[in-house]
Amino acid sequence: MAIDTKNDLALAEPPQAAAAAAATPSRMTMIQALRSAMDVMLARDPNVVVFGEDVGYFGGVFRCTEGLQAKYGAQRVFDAPISEGGLVGAAVGMGAYGLRPVVEIQFADYFYPASDQIVSEAARLRYRSAGDFTAPITLRMPCGGGIYGGQTHSQSPEALFTHVCGIRTVMPSNPYDAKGLLIASIENDDPVVFLEPKRLYNGPFDGHHERPVVPWSQHPLAQVPEGHYTVPLESARTARPGRDVTVLAYGTMVWVSEAAAAETGIDAEIIDLRSLWPLDLDAIVTSVKKTRRCVVVHEATRTCGFGAELLSLVQEHCFYHLEAPIERVTGWDTPYPHAQEWHYFPGPARVGAALRRVMEP
Amino acid sequence: MKKRQPLRLHVPEPSARPGQHTDFSYLHLTPAGEARKPPIDTTPAQTADLADSLVRVLDDKGRALGPWAPKADAELLIRGLRAMMKTRAFDARMLIAQRQKKTSFYMQSLGEEAIATAHAMALEPGDMCFPTYRQQGLLLARDDVSMVEMICQLMSNERDPLKGRQLPVMYSYKRAGFFTISGNLATQFIQAVGWAMASAIKGDSRIASAWIGDGATAEADFHTALTFAHVYRAPVILNVVNNQWAISTFQDIAGGEATTFAARGVGCGIASLRVDGNDWLAVLAASRWAAERARSNLGPTLIEWITYRAGAHSTSDDPSRYRPADDWQHFPLGDPIARLKQHLIQLKAWSDAQHDALQKALEAEVLAAQKEAEVHGTLQDGHIPPLASMFEDVYKDMPPHLKDQLAQLEAEHHGH
Repeated sequence: MAIDTKNDLALAEPPQAAAAAAATPSRMTMIQALRSAMDVMLARDPNVVVFGEDVGYFGGVFRCTEGLQAKYGAQRVFDAPISEGGLVGAAVGMGAYGLRPVVEIQFADYFYPASDQIVSEAARLRYRSAGDFTAPITLRMPCGGGIYGGQTHSQSPEALFTHVCGIRTVMPSNPYDAKGLLIASIENDDPVVFLEPKRLYNGPFDGHHERPVVPWSQHPLAQVPEGHYTVPLESARTARPGRDVTVLAYGTMVWVSEAAAAETGIDAEIIDLRSLWPLDLDAIVTSVKKTRRCVVVHEATRTCGFGAELLSLVQEHCFYHLEAPIERVTGWDTPYPHAQEWHYFPGPARVGAALRRVMEP
Repeated sequence: MKKRQPLRLHVPEPSARPGQHTDFSYLHLTPAGEARKPPIDTTPAQTADLADSLVRVLDDKGRALGPWAPKADAELLIRGLRAMMKTRAFDARMLIAQRQKKTSFYMQSLGEEAIATAHAMALEPGDMCFPTYRQQGLLLARDDVSMVEMICQLMSNERDPLKGRQLPVMYSYKRAGFFTISGNLATQFIQAVGWAMASAIKGDSRIASAWIGDGATAEADFHTALTFAHVYRAPVILNVVNNQWAISTFQDIAGGEATTFAARGVGCGIASLRVDGNDWLAVLAASRWAAERARSNLGPTLIEWITYRAGAHSTSDDPSRYRPADDWQHFPLGDPIARLKQHLIQLKAWSDAQHDALQKALEAEVLAAQKEAEVHGTLQDGHIPPLASMFEDVYKDMPPHLKDQLAQLEAEHHGH
């Protein structure tokens, strides 16, 4: 799969191609961009409905659905009982009816009661019925740490989804991608798990928790068109072009890796995967063959994490091009702690150390 | 300190095991014709008595009694009888096919045929059932689903509409209002509620009918379904088929001891009935009542159907190891086919001779369908769907990694 050049945005460039197609861009946080995506789709497609815990009148605990019930009514945007299995099970039934439900799981940490409905039902409905029934549903889930959420509000369970055939797993790193990927997910006919790094909701957090928060308003990727556009699934983005080493990252770790590159002075090429599975393998292979080095970064626990799959793929496709062992920077294999959060979180220092190691002659 | 008795865990046991006689008094039956019939706009709380008693129409003499006796002419009743007999003949034949290894697995619905076949006749085109693996009667009650095609699914052959991906009996028939069967229990119950919510969101008039066994009501999805159905007043019928046994566990292990599964519905604010599931007329009447409620925007109805799983759970099960072998002969609600036959004979609309002739005709029809299906292969003879279909429909469009894996399999298959 080739990199979609239209959406292969360099950091400093505004999304001009899309801006031309849609209405005037305006500055949005990731929360506003996600809300705008749902707003656009609720307006365009009468089969789109939005529901979840606290998403109706109140507009969601992170405010992503604020104002949507007032605009589209309680038949299309509504509160649901505290039952993730029920949310997803009902969404599967709605999808089979012909709707395109967008479900908010309040925290990714809460999806476990819905595992059977995701793994055995949504993911396999098309397969087991030979296309008789499908589940075109989108499951939004805030994920990741950095907000002192402790072990039940900080997890990154993406590998639990990428392991399941039949699901698409997506994670944006900025407002522009968040809106374009969410619209693409809602329009996609496969079930999509849409993971939202909650630490990025209000700014491009690079792991420097000791510094003042940088808001999205100062960032070019916060220029988001008001109207409809998509960022294609299965397409990675080169977040930072470079020559020395390829960094494979997604979500918050894209910004942490950028900080690490800046602080080490190592000319890293940072690939923001955006779609975890199915994956833009060509973008990865092309970059690693060019730089001949690779570091994989994710916030989730290490063992059997998605990084293990990335390492295997790079090894299978680029072994004879590599000049150093592939490195992995991840969270520790422990539950996400509360007080020790910043010692758990893979910050720029940990990523920078890995970059230095792979650059050693 | 006061000395207390040691605590003791209660593990329910059925009244009889192999070689003994079951005491069926736990079913606490209500005489035919006695249960009252409320208006469809009754409040759920007012159905508490009906969730505890038993709606019955046919008495032991084959008479149709009481307010639930449905408007049904002899022609409809004969259709019902035929559907039940067809289902039983189909099951009997497919059990033989399984022993012949033409199919890997089968699940019969012996003794429970009234529930699915009568329910099917209370629904309308466009409605959707979310069945378990023992509602083949929903399909066999229809004339627009060919037995040949069903048998092709059972034999996983080249004409299997599900391309060999599913266990036998896990049919999918969207066009016949039959949702794809999962195999993981209870998942369909909440999905049915979601489907019904979608119909309400769209302002359509279609209703859903969810199915579950007594055993699987212990799953979270059952309770979730009741909550969602109540909260959103979803146009759905929530059917609990209580056939007393979940493989080897008696209904008390699922939580049926000293209560009813219908009572769960009342507790959730849902109008609920407990109905004689071996009484074709009672099933038709209760299903019509629930469907009318759903279609009138009055919300869900939970119906517990009392029946008995006369056969083994599946072809992999041997019930003689855990329950009395002659239990079904003593089950107080009898055989649904014999009871409807008795009623039709009493109406002078049917005779033993007609019954025998129909039985022979149905057996011949099933046998002919099997022969036609076998032309397209059986699991045993290797005429299975193409290997490439294994990789299709995982996603709508095949992603690159699956194209690669398909190429690898094809290379392997061609002996590279």
